[in-house]
Amino acid sequence: MKSIMGYSDKISACPGEQVTFMVSCVGQPTYRARLVKIIHGDTSPDGPGYKEREVEASFAGDHKARFQHIYAGSHAIVENTPHFDALGSLTLQAMIWPTTPDKGPQAILSLGSEAGGLVLGIDGSGALCLAVTGDGGATETVSTGKPMVGREWYFVAATYDRATGEAHLHQEPLVPYALTAGATSVTMTVATRPTLAGAFVMMAARPAGTGNGRVVGTDHLNGKIDRPRLANRVLSRLEMERLRGDVLPPDLLTAVVAAWDFSADITSDVISDASPNRLHGKTINMPVRAMKGHNWTGDEMNWRNAPEQYGAIHFHDDDLHDCAWETDFTFTVPDGLRSGLYAAHIATAHDEDFIPFVVRPARGTKTSDLVFVVPTASYMAYANEHMMTDAPLAEHLTDQVAVLQQTDVFLHEHREFGASCYDSHSDGSGVCYTSRLRPVLTMRPKYQSWLGGKGSSLWQMNADTHITDWLEESGFEYDCLTDEDVHAEGYAALAPYRVFMTSTHHEYWSKEMWDALDAFKRHGGRLIYMGANAWYWRVAFHPTLPGIMEVRRAEGGIRAWAAEPGEYYHSFTGEFGGLWRRSGRPPQMMAGTGFSAQGFDISSYYRKTADAENPRAKFIFEGVEEEIIGDFGLIGGGAAGLELDRADRLLGTPPNALVVASSENHSQIYMVVCEEIFINAPGMCGGEHPFVRADMVFYETAAGGAVFSTSSIAWAGSLSHNNYDNNVSRVTSNVLKRFLDAKAFQ
Amino acid sequence: MYKIQPDDRKVVEEFRRNPIGRHSPQLQRVLNLFRGAPMEDKYVLITRIPHKEWVLGQMTGKRGEPIRMTNQVFHNIEEAEWYVFRQRWKLHTGENLEE
Repeated sequence: MKSIMGYSDKISACPGEQVTFMVSCVGQPTYRARLVKIIHGDTSPDGPGYKEREVEASFAGDHKARFQHIYAGSHAIVENTPHFDALGSLTLQAMIWPTTPDKGPQAILSLGSEAGGLVLGIDGSGALCLAVTGDGGATETVSTGKPMVGREWYFVAATYDRATGEAHLHQEPLVPYALTAGATSVTMTVATRPTLAGAFVMMAARPAGTGNGRVVGTDHLNGKIDRPRLANRVLSRLEMERLRGDVLPPDLLTAVVAAWDFSADITSDVISDASPNRLHGKTINMPVRAMKGHNWTGDEMNWRNAPEQYGAIHFHDDDLHDCAWETDFTFTVPDGLRSGLYAAHIATAHDEDFIPFVVRPARGTKTSDLVFVVPTASYMAYANEHMMTDAPLAEHLTDQVAVLQQTDVFLHEHREFGASCYDSHSDGSGVCYTSRLRPVLTMRPKYQSWLGGKGSSLWQMNADTHITDWLEESGFEYDCLTDEDVHAEGYAALAPYRVFMTSTHHEYWSKEMWDALDAFKRHGGRLIYMGANAWYWRVAFHPTLPGIMEVRRAEGGIRAWAAEPGEYYHSFTGEFGGLWRRSGRPPQMMAGTGFSAQGFDISSYYRKTADAENPRAKFIFEGVEEEIIGDFGLIGGGAAGLELDRADRLLGTPPNALVVASSENHSQIYMVVCEEIFINAPGMCGGEHPFVRADMVFYETAAGGAVFSTSSIAWAGSLSHNNYDNNVSRVTSNVLKRFLDAKAFQ
Repeated sequence: MYKIQPDDRKVVEEFRRNPIGRHSPQLQRVLNLFRGAPMEDKYVLITRIPHKEWVLGQMTGKRGEPIRMTNQVFHNIEEAEWYVFRQRWKLHTGENLEE
């Protein structure tokens, strides 16, 4: 069982910048920390083995161990104000769309503190309830006794009369169904007087003390809340109905304490109060914004055009943004530390963890002509994914019994570490936000992934160490940047370089990243595409909060879940989400090839085409006489595998592109990607469909640069074969040497 | 949902010889049925020593619930595949396949 783990505040740092590390460690009084440069994370006995280089660092040595808790579950908080302290009689109301009304007690709107107060919520039977807690902790509960139906909108409200102790509850579905509880009201007198001294408002949870320096919630709600209101007296049902609208009725202004409008400030973590009291609050753990409200008509799909129809926030009991752990140690990158992929290695006698980060050169400078861009956006999308333990489909994709690592077992049992954008929340809705401000245990050297095929079984970061290892062993100097650097600084981050090398699976791109690489190519930069399925999903980084990213699984593409209709636009930016292809930028426009097929059992090989003899492409195969390329490797036993890209003029492959080799003989597990399938039909798998192939492509750009694409995720797993002396290594080396040569391509 | 047919008995040996890799269409159809098993009771292998030792477990189908560990330990993934295949064959046909 995992007993030590950590994360850092930054994923990339220049000389002079500080990285802060947070660690949780149980079962031992101390742990040891040191700095390592990650070279090769593949522990397979069939390859060169694990390699790192220890580097001197001030934090190296023993550190006191302590457990640090994770408080998952999202909610919103409005701090205590005199308005709340002054409340006697009151009304709480909202529109809600509960997704798991039968999961047990859940709080919708809480007014009070840990000492007591009122909680409008859902009880153990799925019915609306009001819990009144007074001094001493005694609680009385009023319930409608009518279970709500999941994924249906309800108007819910509670009033409390301080003078009489009378409480009313209203539970009214927007859509009536036969033989199903309709509008329900109950009245009951409660003897308990709620404790409101120091009261604050919590939405989608109720207070449960403090932890990691902030208020902690419990009884988290799964589902949406829209237009929550608080009034300082008992409102009539008619007054509640009028208060439900978007314009606050003037005659109710003296009664309204707060009228929160979730359609405002959608791109932020702020919730705004539209009443004159301006009792704004904030969300914790990033519940999903830009969600359809109860009044969505279907006429408008973009929340920016009709924000009043997107006044809902979807809360989940397993949302997680920032663990907010206390700092264990820091590291200031010294001048002269070579750029690369590093990690703080933390270990006890029983367990270890790596906290990876990139050391980059000083901004605006370079220490090499080659930049290897570490795809941190893609690492974040896959962060702590649970597909093999949650989804029966996964075993179909691999055609192998799931092989779980201890990390996978731990993540299965500890859902508080948060999910990936390949998972669904506990209520079944897709995970569209992901954070790196938590231990991302899948982003580690030595980690094996079920997606990595037979053999070494590597995916994402650890698979990318096949590239860093080959660069080191081949004597090529390289700088590293991260996706976040390219996103934040645009073309300026890439301008110093001559060659941009991708990772094995550079799948997730923000517009800023895409535009930066496009500009790099237009300035004559050279691109080596060392993988497949890149420039696939469009993502958005949060405009103000660090370390979080959004992806909406819209329209098409290979998707672990599907965004709901009307929820295709990113909440962080308002941009249309989904495949870049659906935004008019297929991957073929960037690298000449784009995602075509996938399978996760065994890999195959390439066969040279007639274009391999083209004088323009001769340099690629210098010293490679054989017709078959890459019929060996650590990833599935071949260089063409896992995910495959093909050239397609109609999707943007330049007319001058040469397809110098193509893969063949893939297994039946390989299937054509679903965005290519308009009418489903038999014959979509390897050995049958012509789209199940990887095209090795070369082309010159109009600016004198060039692009070389391997179009296979497995490619890098073949580089070290036969002590790095093989045709995959030779082709890569030939291309890199020519691309590093300043001589322009004609 | 496909049901195992008497004629499928002939692909058992094909699987035993090559559990991971290219399969005949008839064997693939059997595997599609087996591998699509729901998460409840689904077999998984938990790595005890990377690249060397795996323990067979079964999921409960509920998130967060510990995986039920068995006493079956393997030192070869192909052996594990063959073991799980036999369990699934028994489940679908009632027939015990010889080791």
